[in-house]
Amino acid sequence: MTRALLPLLGVTVAVLFAASLMIGPAGLAPVQALSALIRGDALAETLVMREIRLPRAILAVLVGAALGLAGAALQGYLRNPLAEPGLIGVSGSAALGAVLALQSGFAALHVLALPGAALLGAVLAVLVILALAGPRGGSITLILAGIAVSALAGALTSLVLNLSPNPFAASEIVFWMMGSLQDRSMTHVWLAVPFIALGAMVLLAQGRKFDALTLGEDAAASMGVHLGRLRLALVLGVASMVGAATAVAGAIGFVGLVVPHILRPLVGAQPSRLLPASALGGAVLVLMADIAVRVILPTRDLKLGVLTAIVGAPLFLHLIYKTRAQGL
Amino acid sequence: MSGLALTDFSVARGPCDVLQGLSLQLGAGECVGLLGPNGAGKTTLMRAALGLMAHRGRSSLSSLPLAERAKTVAWLPQAREIAWPVTVETLIALGRLPHLGAGTRPGAEDQAAIDSAIARMGLEAFRTRIATQLSGGEQARVLIARALAQDTPMLMVDEPAAGLDPAHQITLMDVLATEARAGRMVLASMHDLGLAARYCTRVVVLSRGGIAADGPPAQVLTPDLLARVFQIRAHIADGPDGPILQPVGVV
Repeated sequence: MTRALLPLLGVTVAVLFAASLMIGPAGLAPVQALSALIRGDALAETLVMREIRLPRAILAVLVGAALGLAGAALQGYLRNPLAEPGLIGVSGSAALGAVLALQSGFAALHVLALPGAALLGAVLAVLVILALAGPRGGSITLILAGIAVSALAGALTSLVLNLSPNPFAASEIVFWMMGSLQDRSMTHVWLAVPFIALGAMVLLAQGRKFDALTLGEDAAASMGVHLGRLRLALVLGVASMVGAATAVAGAIGFVGLVVPHILRPLVGAQPSRLLPASALGGAVLVLMADIAVRVILPTRDLKLGVLTAIVGAPLFLHLIYKTRAQGL
Repeated sequence: MSGLALTDFSVARGPCDVLQGLSLQLGAGECVGLLGPNGAGKTTLMRAALGLMAHRGRSSLSSLPLAERAKTVAWLPQAREIAWPVTVETLIALGRLPHLGAGTRPGAEDQAAIDSAIARMGLEAFRTRIATQLSGGEQARVLIARALAQDTPMLMVDEPAAGLDPAHQITLMDVLATEARAGRMVLASMHDLGLAARYCTRVVVLSRGGIAADGPPAQVLTPDLLARVFQIRAHIADGPDGPILQPVGVV
C-alpha cells in the first residue's frame, strides 16, 4: 500500500485533471473538448478550453499541492498534527493585501494587481515573522509570531470591511475571501508557478530534517540539523507556496490540515514521505472540490473555499473520532 | 579524535554561571558516569559541550562542524520524545541520518548498524511495533538503540537508566560498558550511584558549578564525598559481583 501510494495519487491527479477539463457550463462533449484544447481548430471551443478550463485545472493542482505540502511541512516541523498553512500568518496577510487592492480599486487596474498586492502582503508577513522569530527563536516563538500576525491581518481586514463606504466593494471582498478558481487566466498560472515551484523545492529538500525532528529538537540538532536554517527554509518555503496560492485563489481552508492527516497512516507516519504524498493529495482534494462546485450548483457560483470547509470539517471530526484511540 | 576535551568551560543561565571554569579530559575506552545532585549542571554540561547551548571556553565537540559532530558523537536527551507513530525500526533508523549523503538511501552498512542496535537493546520482538504505543521504559530502550545505531566514537546519554526495570538497567549498563571496552567514549549522567560504582571506569561528580571529584568510582565515592555532595550515608562494600553502594540514609 505505502509503496504504491505516490503512483496511485499521481494517477488520480491525472484523471481528475482530465475530468476538470471536460466539465463546465459550456457543455462541450469530452472528445470535442480535448480536441479543441490540443488541436486548436474550433475557435469558441478552443478559447473556452485554453483560456478558461486549462488555467482553472492547472491552478487547482498548483493550489492544492501548495496547501498540502505546506501543511505537511509545518506539521513535521512543529511535530503537531494541528498545524496548518495559515498558522504562520501568511494567508491572512495575503488576504489583507488582496482586500486592500479590492477596496482601493487598485485591483481593477491590471489582472495582476490583486494577486500582486496579495503576494506583497505575504512578503511583509514573512519579514515581520522572521524579525520576531529570528535566528535564535524556537518553534514556539514562530507559532506565537504567526498567531500575532494572523490576528493583526484579520483585524485590519475587518477594519477595511467595517469602514468600506462602498457596499459593492465590500461584497466583492467577502466573496473573494471565500476562495475560488473561477475566471482565472493563464496569467494567474504564470504568476503562481515560480513561487509554488520554488517553495516546493525548498520544502521537499528538508524531508530528512523533519524526520530527525521526530526525536525532538535537541536530538535533531545533535544529528547535524541546523535548526535555525531549517526554520528559515520552512518559513520561506511555506510563505512562497501559500502566499502564491492565496494570491491566485483566495483563502482555501482545511486542505493543508486534512490532507496530511488522512495520508499520515498510509506513509507510516514518516514526515519525509508525507511531503510528496500530501502535495499530490492536496491536488486531488482541490481538483475534486473544484469539480464539485461546478457540478453541485452550476448556476450559483458556489465558492471553492466554502466547499472545502464544509466537506473538510466533518471529515476532520470523523478522523479525530477514529484515531483518538490510537494516540494520533 | 575520540575524546572530549573541555578547557576553562563556563555556562551561564540568566545572570549566574551554572558551570564555572571547569576543565575535563575524557578519552576513548572510558565509561564515565556523570554524577551530582539535581541542579548540579549534568545536563547543562553535556548540552553545552555538544554545542547545543551557548558557553564560554573551549569544547572539542562544539567547535566541530555540525555534520562532522553528528558522526563523532551520539546524544540521547533526557526528554524522551517520539513525535509520530512510526515503527520501532524506522525510529532506530533515524540514527543513520548523519551517515547518509544527500539523496542516498540507507545501505547494507546502515542496516547492519540498525540490526546490531536492535539486538543489543533486545528489541527484536518490537521491530514492527508502533513506537508511540510502547510503554515508557520500552520507548527509552528504543531511543537508546537509536543512539547506538548512530555508531559514533562517542556516546553521551542523559539519565539513560531512568524508567527502566532492574533487568533492563543492568542490560543497559552492560551495553554501555561494552561500548567503552570496544574503544568508544561513553559519558552517562546518572542518579543511581550503585550502578555507577559497578559499571563505570571513572566517575565525575559535579557540585556547585564545578567538579567536586573525578576518578575511579572506588576512590571517588567515599563516605565523606557522599555526605558533602549528596547529603547521604551509604553502605559501601565489596561483594562477589563487584562493589556495592547502597544509600541508606540522609545526613
